[in-house]
Order: sequence, then structure tokens, then C-alpha cells
Amino acid sequence: MPAMEVRLDERTLPEGGFVDLPTLRAVRLPRERSELVIGEGGAPLGGGTWLFSEPQDHLTEFVDLTALGWEPWAEEPDGSLTVAATCTLAQLLRIPARPEWPALSLFPRCADSLVASFKVWNTATIGGNIALALPAGGLTSLATALDAEALLWTADGERRMAVADLVLGVRRTALEPGEVIRSITFPAAALAARIAFRRIALSPQGRAGTVVIGRRDGNGAVTIGITGGTERPEILRFPAPPSTADVATAIDGIGTWYDDPHGAPDWREAMTRRFAEEIREELR
Amino acid sequence: MRFEVNGRALDADPFPGQCLRTLLREHEHFEVKKGCDAGDCGACGVLVDGEPVHSCVYPAHRIEGRAVTTAAGLGDVGSLSPVQQRFVDAAGFQCGFCTPGMVVTASSEAVQHAEDADLPRLFKGNLCRCTGYRSITDALHGVCTTEERGTGGVGRSVRAPAAERVVTGAERYTLDLSTTGLLHLAVLRSPHAHARVRSIDAAAARALPGVHAVLTADDSPATLFSTGRHQNRLEDPDDTLVFDRVLRFRGQRVAAVVADTVGIAEEACRLLRVDYEVLPAVFDPEEARSPGAPLLHGEKDPFVARIAAPERNVVAQKHGELGDVAAGLAQADVVVSGTWRTARVSHAQLETHGTRGWLDANGRLVLRTSSQVPYLVRDEIARIFGLERDGVRVFAARVGGGFGGKQELLTEDLVTLAVLRTGRAVQYEYSREDEFTGATLRHPKRVSVTLGARHDGTLTAMAVDVLSDTGAYGNHGPGVMFHGTHESVSVYRVPNRRVDAEAVYTNNPPSGAFRGYGLGQVLFAVESAMDELARKLGLDPFELRRRNVVVPGDPVIVTDADEETDLELSGYGLDQCLDLAERAVAEGGDPAPDGWLVGTGMALGMIATMPPRGHYSEVRLTLDPDGGATLDVGTAEFGNGTSTVHVQLVAQALGLPPEHVRLRQSDTDAAKYDTGAFGSAGTVVAGKAVHEAALALRAAVLGAALGLADGNGAEPLLAGGAVLLGARRIPLAEIAAEAPLVATATASGTPRSLAFNVHAFRVAVDPGTGEVRILRSVQAADAGTVLNPEQLRGQIEGGTAQAIGTALYEEVRTDGAGTVTTRTFRNYHIPQMADVPTTEVLFAETHDDLGPLGAKSMSEAPYNPIAPALANAIRDAVGVRPHELPMTRDRVWRLLRAR
Repeated sequence: MPAMEVRLDERTLPEGGFVDLPTLRAVRLPRERSELVIGEGGAPLGGGTWLFSEPQDHLTEFVDLTALGWEPWAEEPDGSLTVAATCTLAQLLRIPARPEWPALSLFPRCADSLVASFKVWNTATIGGNIALALPAGGLTSLATALDAEALLWTADGERRMAVADLVLGVRRTALEPGEVIRSITFPAAALAARIAFRRIALSPQGRAGTVVIGRRDGNGAVTIGITGGTERPEILRFPAPPSTADVATAIDGIGTWYDDPHGAPDWREAMTRRFAEEIREELR
Repeated sequence: MRFEVNGRALDADPFPGQCLRTLLREHEHFEVKKGCDAGDCGACGVLVDGEPVHSCVYPAHRIEGRAVTTAAGLGDVGSLSPVQQRFVDAAGFQCGFCTPGMVVTASSEAVQHAEDADLPRLFKGNLCRCTGYRSITDALHGVCTTEERGTGGVGRSVRAPAAERVVTGAERYTLDLSTTGLLHLAVLRSPHAHARVRSIDAAAARALPGVHAVLTADDSPATLFSTGRHQNRLEDPDDTLVFDRVLRFRGQRVAAVVADTVGIAEEACRLLRVDYEVLPAVFDPEEARSPGAPLLHGEKDPFVARIAAPERNVVAQKHGELGDVAAGLAQADVVVSGTWRTARVSHAQLETHGTRGWLDANGRLVLRTSSQVPYLVRDEIARIFGLERDGVRVFAARVGGGFGGKQELLTEDLVTLAVLRTGRAVQYEYSREDEFTGATLRHPKRVSVTLGARHDGTLTAMAVDVLSDTGAYGNHGPGVMFHGTHESVSVYRVPNRRVDAEAVYTNNPPSGAFRGYGLGQVLFAVESAMDELARKLGLDPFELRRRNVVVPGDPVIVTDADEETDLELSGYGLDQCLDLAERAVAEGGDPAPDGWLVGTGMALGMIATMPPRGHYSEVRLTLDPDGGATLDVGTAEFGNGTSTVHVQLVAQALGLPPEHVRLRQSDTDAAKYDTGAFGSAGTVVAGKAVHEAALALRAAVLGAALGLADGNGAEPLLAGGAVLLGARRIPLAEIAAEAPLVATATASGTPRSLAFNVHAFRVAVDPGTGEVRILRSVQAADAGTVLNPEQLRGQIEGGTAQAIGTALYEEVRTDGAGTVTTRTFRNYHIPQMADVPTTEVLFAETHDDLGPLGAKSMSEAPYNPIAPALANAIRDAVGVRPHELPMTRDRVWRLLRAR
């Protein structure tokens, strides 16, 4: 059985009138970091657009991260961009364009890549989309293609990790119990890079079959990020502009082609190869 | 907690885990609909501080201090907002369940300032299953396609009576009302595809505070029935119980809990301890009918339960031959054959199934339910529970879409049991997930076709072999099988033909009635084979049809030459449809992108204008004291537009503005009877009765007028709400004051006519990705007299869009072991605005003597030819024939690789 977004074996069976999340006993609004404690049956609540979209019978408490009032985004002294986990997609897309960040043009394309409508962008958050760890997560596509780094928090500790390493597989992350994503930092060099974007789904606006994003940095290095078509983000790195054979060989090493109702694995692989080659050509 | 809704302050105390949608509905904002509860469909759309959101995935606790605007806050029936007025002008809805959300999105800043080309992106979170989106796009562009209020009779694009209420959210659907002390019901569904319940320990569930009843097989009436409903209840096998101790599919009811809230009921379900004995199961229909397969209903008596062969899981079968197929194939110069498969498809009507039931002041059971067939539900509920028919009232408010899925009894029996047990008002509402796992789906079929023809294209033989997967229960299994092989075969004049068809039980979710009722699956195969035959013969596909289709004078038969039939080729228009579609597809359309492969394809469909073996309607039309008229008609409005047509028929006959005709519909307490809104019967059966009643009332009115005044021999006229008699004007109110005038009329659904549709596509296919782009889409329809052009166009566009979903995108998948794995709209893609091309709709000019004013039905028909027409166009483009639906991009890409 293919890995599915809904892992049926882990859930109580649907019981008819799924409405709201009736097993919830509390929504806690933390006032400060020390209250960021997520216990048994608890889950951090970002926008809630996914948590409220499926039964969550195993949960009894939400800790609403949006109550912490994190600044949606800020430019760091080194020119990188830090985006709070609770920044909504709508807020993300309102970051003003600037000449030193040409890769900002990728942000709306990755948001459009989500199956969710623009209305969901008003509620859904960056951290929530990444923590969900869906192959077709548009923000995972964005963050991994731009080598973004996640800052992970517990009430009294923190660590940093590349988003590409944070998302391990379908609905699986490296987050430890009680750990939440605090923010995502896009490095200045990646924001300054040249970008190429390709995407296909089984329908014009459908959930992604594969998303292939190429990036050529100032030093000539080329990175090709693959999401949607694979169970986890696959990042191909080339120190210099690659040849057709370089790209093909790198793709040969991918063994995580995804199978779900949004595309057969052989098609996803073929589309990825096609787009990667187009991107290689475009970024030559 | 305090917040604002439509400018009014509201105090509320949402519970943890509550979403904004249910909080708003709790406060009687019923304009906020539930379509998916997953943020996918947009029916619950509202503005929060001016920004559009899906309120079903908006945590309620966050609404504190904010301002919500719903569709009702944008305008009301007396003063529509400009956007709402545009949806009325353009008839931008059919069932209207998605419309309040659609209107909210259309009113958002983003859409108000959007470029036209960006609309499909902005509307990907607003799903409409009825319209095909063209009328919605017209609304967004401010195009008016309907008549102003107060004008328009038969043949004009009169607006739906409910239009202003629909666009403001004021129209009440099934569950849009408050009931004091309402209890809720939740169901424990089977985790096994085949199992026997040894025992259920309900002690913990019963002990949970707020639980009023736990219902199991111990409480179930012993009466077997079928969820599928027909005029003649013997058409479906009696193989179902309210609760059965044997579970035959994953998702079948095991038990139900009635409690103060849905949450408590669900929690109690989780506390039920069930001991299951897991039984061997079978999921492939070919295996299921083979020796040694586990039997689903083997214990039942074939005659009592009406199951053709329970000992090999066959619920219905047909094996018949006309002439000699072997000889016919021997005479053929060219023979083609192939096997085609169709997928399991969900109706995906936006309003899920739901029923609210209670006992009225006289102790009578009342069910307000989302049904296409309230009278049939009443009759069967009375039968199952041993109640008098008069002791049950069943009615439907406006129904939020059905497409055949509500020609079933899926929620009413449980609510009945719960109401009778508790004496309280009880509601049971399906979730979207329930629609995929516990409702009914379109029968998946495997269809093999062999055709033989002479060089000139004359068919010499046709053999059709159908294997239909009816799932765990036989509801509609026989009907879909027989109908599926009827008009798809009888449309051709071929002397030698053979049909072998079997509908087979498996441990998959039950199949049921679906728009087209089996014809579409078989036509996909027959019309694909006809296309292949045309290629082999070097004949144009339109020409091959012309040489072989039935024409007036031909018998309309399948394999029995002596078959008694009430079908007549009345007002025949297939020849015109072929000409119209052939001409239109050759013109215009979008250009193909460079390097893409281009192809053209067509297919036809024939369908009886009414269901067989009787479809009855008895209507009553009363002249009201104010000079208007009240029409009691039993058929239901679920987006089919029959309410509009009924009003038009009455308005025309009585010379009234359409707004002066009041409707009381789909209520067993109002009109005496109606078989129901299925088989496309709303216009040709109920409408025919309405027309006769209107003519009778007209005659009575004129007679009464002549009694009131001497016309000096002048011919009396009815116009403007009055009788004009020479110089004298007698208002209808004056006539009504003299004596009550009432007319009744009936229709019986026989004899029946045949309607035709021809669809043609030109497509471009990206050879690199398998993407199919529709460049040109035309449908020619033989609908007889067109009673309401805009509504009819909408039905055809909507049927086309739904069938494009079936053809290109939709498949309810299982894991091969009976578990449905596509349980949300985001994993089951129904057409969005971006997916549906403009279809040019053309009408043949015909007059059906059997229909009201010459009209034919046209609800299911437009759906049927789409998949084969599209498959034939793809074949023409890529050089390889598709044999499987849906023709998704990955499958088309594989076809391209097979070249």
C-alpha cells in the first residue's frame, strides 16, 4: 500500500459526523516562551488549516503558537531573511521586492503550488506547512530550494537544522517531541541567486506531482531541489553548472519516487528528469 | 468572547477544537455551508476583517474581537449586493449550495481587482459540482443571461424562483434550521471488509454523560430492504438491514450512538468494544463470481431477496442474443474488439447526506431529509419500521445536489430508529469522508465490445460483455446493469447482437445510482469501438454513425425482437445533432501550443426521457385569494431547475408573472405523490402533470369569468393576472373570491421518448507530459422544445463538466482490500474553474409529442457521450487508444510511450 497522507492504521476510524475536533479539551495560549510546553496529547497550533481539516482524535490540547506574537519576518544584519513559523502565507507574500533578493519571485510560485486556495493563505503558516511534511508542501519546496535553515525551539532549548534535513519523509520530521519550529532563515546568497521553476500536477491547479526548482548562485554553483515527486525533499548539488549527464546521473540516485493519487511514480520521475534538464539549460 | 458578524455584536463561548463554521451556524448563520470541513471546497467561505477564509479550518477561539462578513452580510433578498445581483443575472448557480461561499470569494478585494486570466487560480478553492463554471464566470464578468423578474413565459430564460435567496444564503437547505433539544447521531463504521460481529460491549459508551442511546443489531428491525429506491421496490434486492451482524464492507455501520453533541456521540463510539470475527473477503468482481470465492449474501434466498445467483455473488444478469453474432462477424469485412474499464466515482454533490427527524404534536414521525425521493423514502421507512404510511411525513427542502446519490436511503432509517427510541429530535449528518467511504459510488465496469461491419460501414454484429462491481450491496445494481446495456446498444441498427452482463457483489463499498445510470460506462466502450471501426474502415466517425443509428420506424430493442416497449422515437433529432456537432467542432477553438499533438473525436448518446416501468406524479394547482397560484408538486429541486420550469408552465397558462406562482414541493404532506427526482423526470413527468393542471385551471378560470360577466361573445384572454373579456378586465383575485378553484392532474411516465446528445472535442496533447488541453468542445442536444434556454444550457454544461471530471481526473481509490484511500477533495480532484473549457451548446429543433409542450428531459443525457468523445480525440492525437478512465496525465503519458 502506497504511503498516504492519511495514515489509516494510525487513526481511529471515521465515525460519521466529523465536525470540529471534539477530543480537544483545551487550547492554551502561551504568553511567553517558557510556557511553550507540549505534553502528551498536545500539539502546537499554527494556522490550524491542516489540523482542523482532518480528524485528530489522538489530540487533547493545542498550544497556539500565534499567541506568542512573533514578528512575521525580519531582515538579518547579514542580509538574510528570517520568517517566523507563525508568519502566514499572505504575510510572506507581502514582503516587498528588492533588487538584492531576486529569488523572492519564487515565493508566490511556491504558494500557488499548494493545493490550498489563496483564502487559506490568510490563515495557514509557514512553519505549519513545513512541519506537516507533505511531499507537496509548497513551503518545503521553497525552503529546501533556497537552503533555508530552521530554528527549532523548546521551552528552554534551541537548535538549528537545514529544512532539507528536517523533513524526513511523508508526514515525518526530525522534530523531537515538544519541539516546535520557531523560524526559517533564507540565506542572503540564495535570495540573490538566479532561479528557475517548473511544476506539474495531474490538473492545471491540482496538488503537485513534482516541483523542480533550480538555483544558480553567484559562484556558479547550481542546486536543483525536488519536492512533490519524492517522499522527501531531494537536493542535487553541483559546484559548477552541470552537464545533461551530470543531472541525469544525480537523478538516477533518487529512490524515493512518491506514489499517491496525484501521480504515478514513473510519471513523476520522468517529469522530474524533463524539468531538471530544462532548468539545467535555463541556468547554464 | 465577543466578535461581530455582519455588523452585529455576538457573544459566544466556543469549545476547544471548534471551528468558526460551526460556531457561526450555532448562531443561526445558516448561510455558512458545510461542504467538506477540510478547507477544500469553499462553501463555508466568509470574510474575517475583510479577508476571505475557509471558516471550517479557522480556529474559532481566534475570532475574538474580529469582524465576520457572511454572504448574508453582503446583501439581502430585498437589496442584493452588486456581486449577488450578477449571480442572479447570470444564473450562476444550480443547486446553489456552493453559492454563498462563491459570492463571498467574488466579493473579496483580491477578486474584485483581479485580471480575468487570474480567476481560475483565485477560484480553485470554490468548487461547484453543478454548473461547469461558465455561468459563474459570466456572473464575475457581469454578463446577464436571464429575464428580468416579472417577465418571461415558456421558452424564455426565466430566473429560478429561489435565485435571490440562494445568492444571499437565505435559502434553507436540509439542516438549515434550529431545533430545540436536538440530539446528534454518530456511527461506528466497520474496520473490516468482511466480518461478523460476535458481540458489542456498550457499557462504557452508555455510561458516558450525554449519551441517550446506543443502537446496534439488537435494536434493528428484522426487515430486509435496499437503500436504492425505485417506484417499484422489487427492482432492488432486499439485502440490507438497518444494522446487520455481518459487515460486508469497510465502512458499514456497526453501531450508532445518540447523544447531546456530535463530539459526545463520537467519543461514545470509541468506547464501544466490538468483538469481530474476520471473514475472508473478495475485491475483484471477476474473482467474486468464480468458484470458491467468499460469498457475500450466500445465506439469502434468491427469490425472496431477488438476487440472481447468491451462490456466485451475482445480483443480476442478462444474457441475450438477437440474430446470430457469429454469423454476423463472419459476414463482416472488418472486426474490431477491445476491453474498457471505468473507475469508481463519487457524486461529490456539495451538500452531504443528512436527515433531521422528530415527532410532531400528534406523535407522527417527521423526516426532513436531503433526498431526491421523499415519497419513496416515506413508503420504505413505513415498511421497515412497521408504521402506517400516514404516520410518516418526509420532506426535502432545497437539496444541495444529488446526481443519483440521493436516490438512496442512507440516513433516514437511522434517524427514524433514533427518534422512535428516544422520542427526541435527532440529526444525522454525513461528513465528506462519509461520502467517500459510506455512501454510494458510480459502478466501476469492465466492458468488452466486438463490432463487425461491411466495407460500407454497415454493422453486421455487435457483442457487448459487461462486468459491473456493485460492491457489498445490490442497491441499483440490477437497474444500472440493465439500463447500461439498453440505449447504448439499441441506438444502433444491427441485426446480430449479443449482450452478456453481470452485476457482482464484492467487499468493496457499495455502488449506486449515478447520473446516466450505467449508460456512460458502456457508451465509453461502445463509442470507442465505433471510433476504432471508423478508423479501420477509413470512414468519418460522424458518417459511420449516420449509417447505423436508429431512425423513426426502427424498433428500439436490445436483444429481444419481441420485447414489449413503451419507447418511441418521437421528435427525432439525432440526425440534426450529428450535423450540428460535426459543423461546430470544425470551426473556431483555441490554438494548439507548438509541438503538441492535435486530435478530434466525437461520440453520441441516446437515453430514454423517463425511467421505465412507471414514474408517477400527481400535482394540485390552486388559485389563491390574491390572484396568484399555489402549486403542490412532489418532485424535489436539487439544482435540476425543474422548479423554474414548473413555474413557467403555470405562469404561461394563467397569464401570471412567474413570481405570482408559489411552490410547495417535495413534501409528502403537500402534493399527493411523486416517484421522485431521478431518471430526468422532473420536466417530462412532474412537468407534464403541472402543464395539464395549469391548462385545467385555466379552463376553470375562464369558465368562472364567463359566469361573472357577459363577454358579448368575445374570446376571453388571460394576461397580467386578469381575464380580459372584451373591454372588461376581471382580476384573478375577483374570480378566486367567487369560488375556490383547484385543478389536479397526474402523469404516469409512459409512453416514453428518446433524447440524443452528440459531443465533439478537439484536443491538444503535450507529448512530453501527457497533459490534455481541450481546444474546442461542442455538444448538440435533442431536448425537444426548449422551455428555458439558459437553464438547459446550464444542465448541458454541468453534465459536460462532471463528465470531464470522470474522464480526466476522478477515481475513488481503494487499497485493493476494501479501504478507500481518497477521502477528501484534495485527494479526489473534481473539476475546478481551471479544468473546464467553454462548451458550445447547440439545440436540435424538434418537438416531442410525449413531453410537455414538446419538451424532452435533459439532465443525465449530456454526461454520457463525454468520456468516449474525449477518448476518441486523445486517440486521434496520440495514435494509441485509451482503454481506462480516468485518462489522467500519467496514463496518457504512458500511452505516448507505448507508441
